[in-house]
Amino acid sequence: MATTDDAPRRDEQLQRRLARGEETALGELYDQLAPMVHGLAGRILSDQTAAAQLTREIFAHVWEHPEAFDPSRGSLRSWLGALTHRRAVDRLRARRAEAAGYAGPAEEDEIRTVATAARVQYVVSALPEPLRETITESYYDGRTYQETARRLGISEQAAKQRMRLGLALLATELEQERERHRPSAPAAGGPRGGLPTHGAGSADGPRAGEDGQRTEGGGT
Amino acid sequence: MTTTDERHEALRSLLGAWALGAVPSAEAAELELHLTDCPQCAEEAGRLREAAGWLSVEEPLDQPGALRQQVLDWCLTRRPADLPVPTWGMPYTAETAKLDALLRDLGPEEWQEVAELPWHGGTEYLRPAEVLCHLAAVDGYLAVALGLPDPVPGGPGAGSGPPAGRRVPPQEAVAAPRVPPQAGPPWARITERTARLTAEQAGQPPQRIRARWRRHCHELVRSAALAPQGNTPVDFGFATVPLRDAFVDRAFECYVHGEDIARAVAYPYDPPTPQHLRQMIDLAVRMLPLALAGQRAARPEPAGAALGGADGRPDGSGTGVGTGRRTGRRIRLVIDGPAAGEWLIPLDGPDAGPPGGEPVAAMVLDGLEFCQLAAAHRDPDRVPVGEHGDRAAIREVLRATPLLSRP
Repeated sequence: MATTDDAPRRDEQLQRRLARGEETALGELYDQLAPMVHGLAGRILSDQTAAAQLTREIFAHVWEHPEAFDPSRGSLRSWLGALTHRRAVDRLRARRAEAAGYAGPAEEDEIRTVATAARVQYVVSALPEPLRETITESYYDGRTYQETARRLGISEQAAKQRMRLGLALLATELEQERERHRPSAPAAGGPRGGLPTHGAGSADGPRAGEDGQRTEGGGT
Repeated sequence: MTTTDERHEALRSLLGAWALGAVPSAEAAELELHLTDCPQCAEEAGRLREAAGWLSVEEPLDQPGALRQQVLDWCLTRRPADLPVPTWGMPYTAETAKLDALLRDLGPEEWQEVAELPWHGGTEYLRPAEVLCHLAAVDGYLAVALGLPDPVPGGPGAGSGPPAGRRVPPQEAVAAPRVPPQAGPPWARITERTARLTAEQAGQPPQRIRARWRRHCHELVRSAALAPQGNTPVDFGFATVPLRDAFVDRAFECYVHGEDIARAVAYPYDPPTPQHLRQMIDLAVRMLPLALAGQRAARPEPAGAALGGADGRPDGSGTGVGTGRRTGRRIRLVIDGPAAGEWLIPLDGPDAGPPGGEPVAAMVLDGLEFCQLAAAHRDPDRVPVGEHGDRAAIREVLRATPLLSRP
């Protein structure tokens, strides 16, 4: 995922400070990424307690293992996004499986939709700041691209470009997400034995999340 | 052909804006006509519009305010910090995070709402982004004390800033708050700094002002963690206090103004946690003698009258009766509620002798109410208070408390 120029350096700095045990670094990490982590967890799990629990777990993971983050594979944000997404979907699937005895086709469809929606929301929140800012100014605030350009102090040309590029990045993520959930390639054995081939969606296992991490890391 | 190509490219560059519904209707009509006979553009238009469709905001779960502390506590039990945030820095980190969470949810109209910020001398009317400029302008005093750049353009004035790049702040102790004599209203510098920063930030998107304010907060706490003694003197212009008090002061103001903003946009706003509230109350109580002195000074009687001792007061309860030694009166403040505690407040200035003897009265207040009173957000004559003993002395304290507020 494209990021602004000094973002990788900032991530590495934060990682070093976390490794040194600076409580302020933990606080900054939380302030920066908790809305994303908690929001993503909440969208997928739609349960206040479960979302809070997962948020706690994710931040504890980074705090205890700051070295697990590899800056060469993408931003801290995308790493945490992928981690949250994967664990939340795992949890959702486990919950459904527990309730239904096994995850049937309908449940898997639902999980897929929920996961895609959450994923896209996350991608929007993770867009590079200039792109996100331009898109939100126009889309949520209902301004024309000319007004947006004026407000942000950029040229109209730049505003148009940012909107186009931002949406293109989003569209690419969306397509990849759909590709990942396409139930066409049956794989042997889902996360739980005895899943129906169709419903398993095969790629939807915990591996899907890991793929996500790699895709993120590779950048777009 | 060339002109067609140019037209095609021009229209194509509009596709993102079009998908977001950000193209004025005449231009949009032209583009939509073009889409009917340009498959290339039509394909991209469909793709971008589909992506834009996902932007529709689906409200995520509200992030509970208490979650931050829960998560951090959970992390810190599992791996204790090697470089912790000093206890006196905690209220500031919590209150700035809380305000930030409120601002994150504000829509464009809400950023235009005007918040009322009462203080004992009047009321300021500011938009949320201007409140942030105000908070940042005052926080700037701490930044300067810690060797960080002043967020206010032009700095604290006349090149008095410390050398740049100093990371470890000076540690010399400040014994007690002191009030330097000065001409003009003591808040003039604060008001002026707020105005300068607000003017500089005017026209910026509010979220950008918010991001800038937030960055300053983080830098401040980070530097504070390097000066855990908290002795570094911070010069507010009207008083110099040690860093540990300055941080509690900033947390308090952030809470008060956060609530001012929340009221303007009709959002709920949580009070500080009991531990943090207690630190705020403690600071206010320690500053109270200054407010009482200010109140005495503002009385019509000449200041020299005080030399006659507190005996001159109508109630005559001032001096240590029977000891033959003059002592200043004291009052017992009992704070109720989750931040419960007790404090003895000296009522008279140094001229009345050292404070001592039995407290002339006891007053019982809820902790949050006391803070609201100190912020001049309550009427001292109406705040619910349990009174025992000298009622006049209690009134004196209640009326002096709002004097701790400032614009």
